[in-house]
Amino acid sequence: MAYFRSHVLVSVDPICIEKGAFKLMGALQDELVKQGLVDEVEVLETSRIGDPETAGPDMMVYPEGVHYTNITLEDIPFLVEEQFIKGRVAAQYAREVEEIVDEELSAPQDKELRIVLENIGTVVPLNIEEYIAYEGYMALGHVLTEMTPEEVIQEVLDSGLRGRGGAGFPTGLKWRFLRNAEGDQKYMICNADEGDPGAFANRRVLEGYPHAVVEGMIIGAYATGASQGYVYCRAEYPIAVKTIRTAIEQARSMGLLGENILGTDFSFDLEVRMGAGAFVCGEETALMASIEGLRGEPRPRPPFPAQKGLWGKPSNINNVETFAIIPQIILKGAEWFAGLGYKKSTGTKTFSMAGDVINTGLIEVPFGISLREIIYDVGGGIKNNKKFKAVQTGGPMGGCLPEAFLDLPMDYEALDEAGSILGSGGLVVMDEDTCMVDIARFFMEFTQEESCGKCTPCRIGTRRLLETLTRICDGKGKPEDLPLLINLCEQINEASLCGLGKGAPNPVKSTLEHFLHEYEAHIYEKQCPAKVCKALIRFEVIDDLCTGCTLCARNCPVDAISGERRKVHLIDPDICIQCGICEQLCPYDAIEIR
Amino acid sequence: MKVDVKDGESVREYVRSLVIKKGYEKAELIPILHEINSEYGYISDEAIKELSDRMNIPTSHIYSVTTFYRMLSTERRGRHVIQFCESAPCHVAGGRLVWEKLQEVLGLEKGETSEDEKWSLLTTSCLGVCGVGPVLVIDHDIYGNVTPEQVPGILSNYE
Repeated sequence: MAYFRSHVLVSVDPICIEKGAFKLMGALQDELVKQGLVDEVEVLETSRIGDPETAGPDMMVYPEGVHYTNITLEDIPFLVEEQFIKGRVAAQYAREVEEIVDEELSAPQDKELRIVLENIGTVVPLNIEEYIAYEGYMALGHVLTEMTPEEVIQEVLDSGLRGRGGAGFPTGLKWRFLRNAEGDQKYMICNADEGDPGAFANRRVLEGYPHAVVEGMIIGAYATGASQGYVYCRAEYPIAVKTIRTAIEQARSMGLLGENILGTDFSFDLEVRMGAGAFVCGEETALMASIEGLRGEPRPRPPFPAQKGLWGKPSNINNVETFAIIPQIILKGAEWFAGLGYKKSTGTKTFSMAGDVINTGLIEVPFGISLREIIYDVGGGIKNNKKFKAVQTGGPMGGCLPEAFLDLPMDYEALDEAGSILGSGGLVVMDEDTCMVDIARFFMEFTQEESCGKCTPCRIGTRRLLETLTRICDGKGKPEDLPLLINLCEQINEASLCGLGKGAPNPVKSTLEHFLHEYEAHIYEKQCPAKVCKALIRFEVIDDLCTGCTLCARNCPVDAISGERRKVHLIDPDICIQCGICEQLCPYDAIEIR
Repeated sequence: MKVDVKDGESVREYVRSLVIKKGYEKAELIPILHEINSEYGYISDEAIKELSDRMNIPTSHIYSVTTFYRMLSTERRGRHVIQFCESAPCHVAGGRLVWEKLQEVLGLEKGETSEDEKWSLLTTSCLGVCGVGPVLVIDHDIYGNVTPEQVPGILSNYE
């Protein structure tokens, strides 16, 4: 192998490319040839170094570790002369490498363990060579040449891997069903329709490490005998769609997809299908209907997709994260994976943290960690020194859990027992200023709108739930609304066709269970304890604090505030629309919400 | 984005070329509808009719599919489409106030298009950028950590 005394890494971030990074590399190479340094200095591509907007195009020179920024073609001869001939730093171009803050994915905290997210942000997503350098497609090579399909399935079964889309069904078992299903055409489908509000792990995996998903799918196809695959990705993720499409093309051009993969007699190809904005399409039978060009309405199961799936053929659907883990399980072994986690939930899980927590963004932790550790140790606690009130897990079909559940070891079963779900790993943390009735109403608004309308319990039931909750928030709740809500929750859960309807009552059920006093305050006392529901709050001036500055009266959009200069002001509750402007503006905090 | 479809013939030609490019399989229906929607901003009756003839699919089916999916529109939209994320993480991060401000400044309710056809105000399902909520999208530009005070300034970027 050639020995180079220096390496130059040129950033080929998309923005740097636009700013001429490739031309720059060419010019640098030419200049090195001209100076006879081509055997001593190697020029390589790398991902982003500094902020491409302000520093690009930029490059790093090793071993010195000098960061040259804002390079132009004209600078190249001078830089080469200074750096490589005279051996000194061209200080006018050198700049310190600034830390890039990734708001979604920061450096791992102590209690994290990253398997799926490990290389995201490190590896250039669309550089297949770089993925291969990180042992990418090595698992595939091993599987195709040294393992039988049955051995692959057994390995996945032994690892204990369960569906990361939320249902938690053992992946290996699902694969075995498809393998044993009769039919010459089988399909392998990746569910990338991550519709849960607040969940964005799948998006980051598709955008940041797409080849792992492609590799996982090819391995799954080999194990199950599928010859065609689809990645169904929601259209709200345009960058993810583009990235996975390009990754598939790259894999195909390298012979990792298509006919006779890696020279074996195994053939498999992949296509990307885009959703069009329908939450229910994340449900597997609705997803398949959508691929077929129909309305994304679920079908009753059985028959399960393994018997009659896409176009009536045996099919298997797994989540993005499930596929992304597969290569790691093959490389490191089922035993390694099964050794992580807790009870029947092995391995790690990504969570998307949002809401009133200090560190929002993506995390990955082993199963068995408690919610308290996630929120306080990894998440840094609650924003603005407020008190924790509830955490909603698993997206809009999940429940809201209060403080008492924070020490539960997290796994599929524990959350299920607590009346919530793991779902796709969304965690919405809520502080003391959140009204739980309003939150339940909010989630019901979502499910009511996203209900596909096929089955009556979900279509009409969610509407009734929403109407009742809205009534309570508007201060018109009646005592009999509480048993009505409970009854509706049970009926919808039992009678709905798919997971959307079955899970829809969870936010209501769990808030009724854990925060009943808030419902009661709304209904009996006509008060909103968190002071959120507008119909139940009044803005009042605190006489002792008001200086009569007139700021509030001048800014009230409905002229509800009266009072003379330097005298205490008064808000007329009949005119006030509870917009809250006066409270925000008052420099003396003289306006309170009651 | 071409919003002008007075020239009905051009829509039909466009649909025809799409069907030739993508094929006549029913599975291509949604991808084709996506392209028409992004090209014209919405899917017109003429487009549905032409698609039905070319793909041999009843207009009723195409209409039912188009209206099922939130991102496909059968109504003409404004020059700039504002999509506000109405999901829980944005909601708890103060999204409600931003939404109210948007409605107030534009004088539009959810789903409406302004009379001068400049704006359409829509909501969108979660865009997965919850770390920077509240989030709003205008055409293809994403704005994160939006406060009510920033709304007029953001809107003034658009002609």
